[in-house]
Amino acid sequence: MKSLEELQKIKERALKRRQLGAEGARARVTVAMGTCGIAAGARDTMKAVLDEIEKRQITDVVVTQTGCLGLCEYEPIVLVQVGDAEAVTYGKIDPSRVPTLIEKHLLNNAPVEEWQVKTGK
Amino acid sequence: MTAFRELSQHILDIFENSATAGAGLVRLVIREDFEADRLSIVIEDDGHGMDAQMLARLSDPWVTTRTTRNVGLGIPFFKQAAEMCGGSFEIQSQVNHGTVIRADFQHSHIDRPPLGDLIATLGCMIVGYPDVAIAYSHTVDDREFSFDTRKIREVLGDAVPLSDPEVLAFLHGMLEEGECDLRGKSS
Repeated sequence: MKSLEELQKIKERALKRRQLGAEGARARVTVAMGTCGIAAGARDTMKAVLDEIEKRQITDVVVTQTGCLGLCEYEPIVLVQVGDAEAVTYGKIDPSRVPTLIEKHLLNNAPVEEWQVKTGK
Repeated sequence: MTAFRELSQHILDIFENSATAGAGLVRLVIREDFEADRLSIVIEDDGHGMDAQMLARLSDPWVTTRTTRNVGLGIPFFKQAAEMCGGSFEIQSQVNHGTVIRADFQHSHIDRPPLGDLIATLGCMIVGYPDVAIAYSHTVDDREFSFDTRKIREVLGDAVPLSDPEVLAFLHGMLEEGECDLRGKSS
């Protein structure tokens, strides 16, 4: 069984990493997890996001989820927000698109134009 | 037909309602009893709950209006899944106290959807809403796997998020080990 002592050591290492890097989160990834999102596969998209963060050891990104955004036909929807920039809404992000999205937008701050949902603001 | 193929997708969907309802704690209890041939899923939250009028409307998805988006099709889907499989569905709610949903299935029913990827669902629940604590228990006959994110939070404190890569790996390992042991497989 995974022990809480193990978790304590992880905490100490994580705190050390945080002291070395910039304070606070640099970016935020949000996966829409309403009924429409889950039906379209949002849970597996979220899983792919978490796997990628684990694999690439990304420590300065916060991952959260949200409900239905009223854009059900574009689900699974992922929002990526880097620094002070406005969040970008991406549509039809199945797990296969996640590594590219993370690599381009999250790590290299280059939004992926062709997957964006234009909400007509 | 419902939109979901797995019971764990229904669980995640109901959890999303709880989070939207401002829950601080969500209890998820899954019981599989092979001898009695039952599978039960209970999801209990301490969110803001629903009044009798709203509860009555839940059974008819088409009456729901856009202003009550957090009670869309999810609950009717779950109810239908249970009732199709020799089971029952019950929802109780009290304003300012929370909501309890109980879904019961005949375990061996041919139409019963599989629990599916519970680990992915639990992963989303744990990480997706850092302010919502999860108390989980899954029993298969006489074996139990349980965890409580408040214990994890107690160790980590507020400075380390649950989406830290090393914490994610830990959680992942914990869930896989726990769920595997339930099935009597060595992990």
